[in-house]
Amino acid sequence: MIAELLLNGIALGCVYSLIALGFVLIFKATGIVNFAQGDIMMLGSFFGLTTIGLWGMPYLLGFVCAVLATAVCGYLFNRLLLQHVVGRPEFQIIMVTIGLGYILRTIAGVVPGWGSLPQRFATPFDGKVDVVFGMPVSQERLVIVLVTAGLMVLLFLFFRFTRVGIAMQAASQNKTAATLVGISVPGVNSLVWALGAGMAGVAGILIAPITFVYPGVGYVGLLAFPAAVLGGFGSLPGAFVGGIVIGLLEVFSGFYLSEWVRNAAPYMALLAVLFIRPSGLFGVRLQKKV
Amino acid sequence: MVAQNTAPASRRSGQMLLLAVVAVLAAAGLPFLINSFFVGVVTSVLIWTIIGLGMVVLLGYSGQVSIGHSAFLAIGAYGHALLIGAGVPFFLSVPIVVAACLAVGALIALPSLRFSGVYLAMATLAFAFIVEAVIGDLDITGGRGGMPVPREKLFGYSLTQTNVLFYATLVLLVGTFLIARNLVRSRTGRAWASLRDSEVAAASMGVGIARYKTYAFAFSAATTALAGTLLAHKVGYLSPDGFTIQQSIEMLILVVIGGMGSLAGAFYGAAFLIILPILLSIVKDKVPSGMGELPGLEAGIFGAALIIFILFQPKGIDGAIRAVLARLKNGTGAGRDDHAGA
Repeated sequence: MIAELLLNGIALGCVYSLIALGFVLIFKATGIVNFAQGDIMMLGSFFGLTTIGLWGMPYLLGFVCAVLATAVCGYLFNRLLLQHVVGRPEFQIIMVTIGLGYILRTIAGVVPGWGSLPQRFATPFDGKVDVVFGMPVSQERLVIVLVTAGLMVLLFLFFRFTRVGIAMQAASQNKTAATLVGISVPGVNSLVWALGAGMAGVAGILIAPITFVYPGVGYVGLLAFPAAVLGGFGSLPGAFVGGIVIGLLEVFSGFYLSEWVRNAAPYMALLAVLFIRPSGLFGVRLQKKV
Repeated sequence: MVAQNTAPASRRSGQMLLLAVVAVLAAAGLPFLINSFFVGVVTSVLIWTIIGLGMVVLLGYSGQVSIGHSAFLAIGAYGHALLIGAGVPFFLSVPIVVAACLAVGALIALPSLRFSGVYLAMATLAFAFIVEAVIGDLDITGGRGGMPVPREKLFGYSLTQTNVLFYATLVLLVGTFLIARNLVRSRTGRAWASLRDSEVAAASMGVGIARYKTYAFAFSAATTALAGTLLAHKVGYLSPDGFTIQQSIEMLILVVIGGMGSLAGAFYGAAFLIILPILLSIVKDKVPSGMGELPGLEAGIFGAALIIFILFQPKGIDGAIRAVLARLKNGTGAGRDDHAGA
């Protein structure tokens, strides 16, 4: 029983981690607190529904196409909208992302084949069960964990060894210095948005069999906030661990305590972290610039 | 804010007062002129104006962001409904609920003593989620199913009557406005403006940052709770779905679109927030079927309005009106409107 809860919690946590990672990536690079991250995840779910469900692409191909489409959307959001509010007060930028989320939800309700009713698309793992270490394990959950783990490794390699990855780090650490060595900071920021949106897209496709696909599914994305705060708000490994912790917290409190605790637990954890250790588990303290 | 000193302060405030008195008298006459549906709409606008006043003080004057004020709206509405259900009269229940939220608001503002900006927004978001989860689970609030608001009388008139609730709201709004206006013009208001513009500068001038941030937060919590008590009578039935993050965000939309440079912005924003969906539903009825079916169109239009305002009119409706007024006053116009805004 505990093992099953553990796997469920980790699988759910992996999805939160992916959303939170994209969120923290964007925050670190551009300073934007992106309230539309959950709605971008929702967009990923719908792209998956389109490629795999409506167009009948093979799962893997459909998956990749949907993630790419989400990434392109992220790129465009920055290019067409958010780039133009950089330097405005923080609150105004937050409100722009909230507005963007509202618009995305409306669009999802209008596009033919999408709509406001919950839908689902078939995956190769539906109802299949593997036996791992003598325990029955739902393939769906296992895939979520494996894909997330794989992505983490890729992400690490990307930031460590590729030119673009290193440029992203440079641009987020010091804009002026990055510009001086020939990095186009706005261009790199758009790529960060593409990356962050792509990760939310992966989360959206992975979570679709569990939550189904509908315009309001993006509310799940709000759980990226407790995950990110738990991890220290500016730390990528922190966001990953924070997401897993939130997933476990939700599943275990829902099972052993009650429904309302399940809903409130991630936010109680958030408040507890803010009061006790605002720098989060990984100790990255943001300094306010004067 | 207080920057525009083209006329002597006393004369300007005299004009303002006259204008406000005329507006209130005109509003008081409304129920004799329009039918009860529209009186209901105006009541909603006034209730949201009360919320807006708190939000303008919190965001526009003290520069703090809260994404959790739906919690205070919920505490106000549920607290009031439970109290009058227990036999406490309206006149006692409202002050109790408002005072309670003043205290809770001060308590919640504690995190703002330690951190700012995004962290405060996160803390308030968390608070709202927890309150929503608790209300959805308690027995006395009817859980997720909700509870009816008990009938209550004011001077022998039932608050279920549209006009009675309208006058009650109008009186409370005027009271809230006067308090807010005095606050922002006092030492407190100047302290808020100074810490909004630069906390470091404010602190070095001897402004107690923590204290004044707490004042602003507690004040906005109290006004939101007051609006909650009125909202309870307006809707007649409370359920947790009416007090979610969605409502918190609507409050933020209100101040962005209304403008947070002056208290008047609260009214413009509230009018926009309440009237736009009503206009939309009228338009939907007129349009041939199919077009009107679009689900969630309202949210999309709010989102688009939000983005358009921030990109092109960040001072909101209030800023636009003041720019026009300044231009009319100066005749030649050019260059003066910049001084009018925040």
